[in-house]
Amino acid sequence: MTTEIEGRVVHGPKRTGVPALEARGLTKHFPVHNGIRRSAQYVHAVDDISIALPEGTVTAVVGESGSGKSTLARLLVQLITPTSGELLLDGEPVGSGSRARRDYTSQVHLVLQDPFSSLNAVHTVRYHLERPLKLHRRPGSAKELDELAKALLERVALSPADRYIDTYPHELSGGQRQRVAIARGLAVEPRVLLADEPVSMLDVSIRLGVLNLLDELRERERLAVLYVTHDIASARYLADTVVVMYAGQVVESGPALQITGSPAHPYTQLLLSAAPDPQRPDSVVLRGRGAPPSLVDPPDGCRFNPRCPFAMDVCRTSTPPALPVGDDQVAACWLHSPDHRSAPAATP
Amino acid sequence: MTSASASTSTSTATGSPVLEVRDLRVDYGLGAAAVRAITDASLTLHRGEVLGLAGESGSGKSTLAYALTRLLRAPGVITGGEVLFHANGPDGGSSGGSGAGRGGGSAPMDLLAATAADLRRIRWSQLAVVFQSAMHALNPVARVDAQLTDALKAHRAGMTGDQRRERAVELLRMVGISEDRLRSYPHELSGGMRQRVMIAMALALEPQVVIMDEPTTALDVVTQREIIEELMQLKERLGFAIVFITHDLSLLIELADRIAIMYGGRIVEQADSQTLFRAPRHPYSLGLLNSFPSLHGERVRMEGIPGSPPSLSTLPSGCSFHPRCPYAMDRCREEVPVLRSPTGETGDRTAACWLQDGQQTVPADLSLTAAPPPPTAAAAPGSAAASTPASAPAPAPVDRSLL
Repeated sequence: MTTEIEGRVVHGPKRTGVPALEARGLTKHFPVHNGIRRSAQYVHAVDDISIALPEGTVTAVVGESGSGKSTLARLLVQLITPTSGELLLDGEPVGSGSRARRDYTSQVHLVLQDPFSSLNAVHTVRYHLERPLKLHRRPGSAKELDELAKALLERVALSPADRYIDTYPHELSGGQRQRVAIARGLAVEPRVLLADEPVSMLDVSIRLGVLNLLDELRERERLAVLYVTHDIASARYLADTVVVMYAGQVVESGPALQITGSPAHPYTQLLLSAAPDPQRPDSVVLRGRGAPPSLVDPPDGCRFNPRCPFAMDVCRTSTPPALPVGDDQVAACWLHSPDHRSAPAATP
Repeated sequence: MTSASASTSTSTATGSPVLEVRDLRVDYGLGAAAVRAITDASLTLHRGEVLGLAGESGSGKSTLAYALTRLLRAPGVITGGEVLFHANGPDGGSSGGSGAGRGGGSAPMDLLAATAADLRRIRWSQLAVVFQSAMHALNPVARVDAQLTDALKAHRAGMTGDQRRERAVELLRMVGISEDRLRSYPHELSGGMRQRVMIAMALALEPQVVIMDEPTTALDVVTQREIIEELMQLKERLGFAIVFITHDLSLLIELADRIAIMYGGRIVEQADSQTLFRAPRHPYSLGLLNSFPSLHGERVRMEGIPGSPPSLSTLPSGCSFHPRCPYAMDRCREEVPVLRSPTGETGDRTAACWLQDGQQTVPADLSLTAAPPPPTAAAAPGSAAASTPASAPAPAPVDRSLL
């Protein structure tokens, strides 16, 4: 799942051609405020992540809270400015002017977690959909605008559109609201759809409906989808590639079934062993208890080393590179380096 | 604690009921504007058992927890039913506790008819609650030790300050928190630690029943797993019973002994967790099980359940699941199905579905048999279960031991 460009491992589904969106060495350090003053410290929220999102694929980013997965999504949609690193849209570096920014927002769209607060309660569905249409698509007539808005609702399976177009968010269920939020994202005809925990606020029985919708959009409209989640089972269900984040870094990435079937990084193994699984044959063995480290002063070497059951000396001193562990699968773990394979191999 | 011997004796008495809910009804509001939140819910919690309560938002699962502890706030009104609490087992764990549950002897106490004084005596010492949001349930301006010792002060008049402090340290250690956290305020703790403090508080007086309302929902999976492991170890050691409420059925199947599924304010299916997982009898349970993608095997497209959960103020007629049910028949639109044993089955499992009344062929997905058939001795199947919806009290065979 990785391509190597200039010695840099790029995570994400491997496809020929230029990916719709690519990030190189994306880093975000938030300054820590001490009272009203800025201190010299930084939260290392995202550190040196390279990821490529080809069209027609779903990439899942999995991690616990505080792993930087939402920050990554916000960086990719340019809601926040990276400390360093660059974004490439269709292989072209993204400019910084206001025109370039507008072009970018019509190509890359973010769907947020909470459809109860991401829609404006005092406006109808029509308002939410027509606003981006007016700004980005500039339809010629009111009739055309109306048709475009209704077509959007049909695309997210809210049909008949007439029944939903003039309702207010409070009249809709959570799943319907999330569909409206996705339709609003589609209004600008994006090529890349980023979804930050799009189903975690929804009732269990309607989550799959929204996940299936994302899959259909990938399939039918060739969108490049980034699915940010803490639920590794849903990532396995939806994604081509799973990228596992821990403490601001990617620790493992690879094809979804491979990651869940033969996880190579001890953190991925921990995550999988902790996930609810009614079919689990044996009782759970958690290897690596505790909590993620402070990102103000992250541990030296591998950031997982204080919790890692296999930690070696090298893990405490140098950061492991992404090492190949299988077909298109990489893990940032010294256990998979031929020079350090002295400790018992990490087995799932 | 002095009651250490008592708690071991209760844990050996696994199987006798400790909390029985019969035909509980709860409304929100009064008169014509009332919305029925819970209709005729009946549950039995046995000693040392984990009873899971699963359902989506608005299914009434939290309301049920609040109602049976009498913590329900206005406009919630309990309009019927009874909640029987067996303070000390019928086998007479006589010297139980430190004199707390003395009032009723071995006669069960109806919590819904209890006076404020009775409730005050029983709450926390016998019946404790862990709420979902530890940040909101803990007092933000009181230190952890103050909150831990508060309940001891109220219920254990004989304890000195030093003893209380010692007990607080012991409780924190029990849930894996070091004693230097005693002087912390809740905001200084992580989410997982706060939830652990909540659990420690609930266990302070060694209750017989702990009701947990989504105790780990806001936590990360690793933290969730750690807390659940600790909880199960504590349960083994102290012998309390748990009512575990959550929307996460896949988690519940792993940890609960028995599961009750709620939909639209009613219990629609009840079975032991492995049976429910392998052989659901209600289409809603089946749909819910099919809403959790698996971590194993082929990737197959799953559909979840079409539509969305109903609002309690506009419940569909008949079976409230019928608009979303792929198997709905005419009868389902008109008559509310009764919760009872599926036709031809014995044991203590029940489902509220007309498909299971023996008058039509049951779809294959809803007539699977659980892989290891429970070795139920031919316990008289029919009579009691068929006539009344109060199916819980009578059949309590001993097949729980195989779990």
